[in-house]
Amino acid sequence: MELEKLTALQLAEKIKKHEITVTDGVKEVFSKIEEKDEKIHAYLDTYRKEAFARAKEVEKGIEDGTYTGPLAGVPIAIKDNICVQGKPTTCASKILEGFVPQYQAEVIDRLEKAGMIIIGKTNMDEFAMGSTTETSAYGITRNPWNTEHVPGGSSGGSCAAVAAGETYLALGSDTGGSIRQPSSYCGVTGLKPTYGTVSRYGLVAYASSLDQIGPVGKDVADCAALLEVIAGYDPKDSTSIDRKDLDFSSEITDKIAGMKFGVPKEYLAEGLSPEVKEAFMETLKVLTQMGAIVEFFSVKTMEYMIPAYYIIASAEASSNLERFDGVKYGYRAKEYEGLHDMYKRSRTEGFGEEVKRRIMLGSFVLSSGYYDAYYLKALRTKALIKKEFDQAFEKYDVLLAPAAPYTAPKIGESLKDPMAMYLGDIYTVAVNLCGLPGITVPCGKDSTGLPIGIQMIGDCFMEKKILRAAHAYEKARGDFGTPEEGGKRA
Amino acid sequence: MAKQIDDETMENVCILAKLSLTEEEKEKAKKDMQEMLDYVDKLDELDTSGVEPMSHIFGDDNVFREDVVTNGDNSEAMLANAPKAKEGQYQVPKTIG
Repeated sequence: MELEKLTALQLAEKIKKHEITVTDGVKEVFSKIEEKDEKIHAYLDTYRKEAFARAKEVEKGIEDGTYTGPLAGVPIAIKDNICVQGKPTTCASKILEGFVPQYQAEVIDRLEKAGMIIIGKTNMDEFAMGSTTETSAYGITRNPWNTEHVPGGSSGGSCAAVAAGETYLALGSDTGGSIRQPSSYCGVTGLKPTYGTVSRYGLVAYASSLDQIGPVGKDVADCAALLEVIAGYDPKDSTSIDRKDLDFSSEITDKIAGMKFGVPKEYLAEGLSPEVKEAFMETLKVLTQMGAIVEFFSVKTMEYMIPAYYIIASAEASSNLERFDGVKYGYRAKEYEGLHDMYKRSRTEGFGEEVKRRIMLGSFVLSSGYYDAYYLKALRTKALIKKEFDQAFEKYDVLLAPAAPYTAPKIGESLKDPMAMYLGDIYTVAVNLCGLPGITVPCGKDSTGLPIGIQMIGDCFMEKKILRAAHAYEKARGDFGTPEEGGKRA
Repeated sequence: MAKQIDDETMENVCILAKLSLTEEEKEKAKKDMQEMLDYVDKLDELDTSGVEPMSHIFGDDNVFREDVVTNGDNSEAMLANAPKAKEGQYQVPKTIG
């Protein structure tokens, strides 16, 4: 039996039916890691011994009725900005070298209660700042579809691990597109939930008003099932929302006739690569053929999204990252003169270039004399962007957008020009500014065989609508294939 | 026209950000920040008069709870993460002469 072909839900189903054991799934994942991860480098750390021991425990738990959920026994990888008690958490930064959390994230508790098996920690851009996983202090991750290319970022390790079959599911975090963009580059499915749906307790903060943890998987149903495991009110996160309805799976059907889709026409103007545009337009056609109504509309605030996002994200980052000072945990400089110099040198040596760039920008826009002109202006702009999306959702069930303007760039190309890299986030940042849920589903490949994803965006709390639309489209699209099957067109 | 980042501003930013950059790094950072500010200046085109700054999308009411301790003493485990600790406390360089 080809275990690698199974989705997470199929794997769990087979375990339940005693066709395979929990250990078989864990073995499959570790054999792929052994085979591929030296090249791909999706993982920063793996927990082989613990995972096999846990597999035995979960096997028993499934038998005695402790674990009854649909993902019991499924291996999962965790982005390395989410704390697992007793396991190093680095955020791919030198400054967290040696840090071992003494508590763990709410999402990890929930995974454990669901009988899932934690395989290891995945690589990412340092502190989730970047779009390529190249800003990691511990080496780059390669795209399984073409190892000369980046996997995207910042959750590049999680998405590459799923694409390479090195895990069945993964957790990522999304502050400005960090789940949806690498999912697109890696040909996997990734969901950013409505702000407040998944507890951020134990997620190392980047920009707290934008951060959300979300699932990465092989298909839409897997992501919905994982969202059900991790979503829910948590008093330990003061922005957590007490949502009554957390059933994301039961309404996943392939019926989208009459559903109204809106496409911001400005999103298809300059800057979008012709091949991505072609795949996007093709997807619109498929949806129309399925009886959906697809209309174009105008988003007037588009060119203000990136400026507002980078001001707000950098401002929050500069404040959140103040805590890294070489006193309580992580890296401390070897040489310094006095306390202040110790702070400064530890931070200067511990943070990478991109993180420092954002801390400096953030410090500036929050500084006296510039706060109103930059930070408050960005918050006012955010209000206008939110208003435009609110108006769009009065007319449409789901908005459609590319996940990124192009397919995965070659390794080494993006960091030469940070400004250009920021502009690549154009289709994803508004979703975070407005707290909306968004999902990326693979919808095509470019002429070199690199995956292209489409993004489906819902109004706040409307995950069900985007999951249904994404699932219906996925069914119509058919099998997307794997990196091994190579660059044939979907 | 965006604010021109001069050496004094850069110095101030480094103090706020608690970073000590070399002259070369400072020049590069100055250039990068100038480029970013020139770009985000775009926001000036947008009329935001009468628009309230939106910090939290679902309203920013405070969340209160009873002031009851729920976690136990975890100090030893936490100190284990410190680069330097002494007698149950974090150790830092001498600050008073």
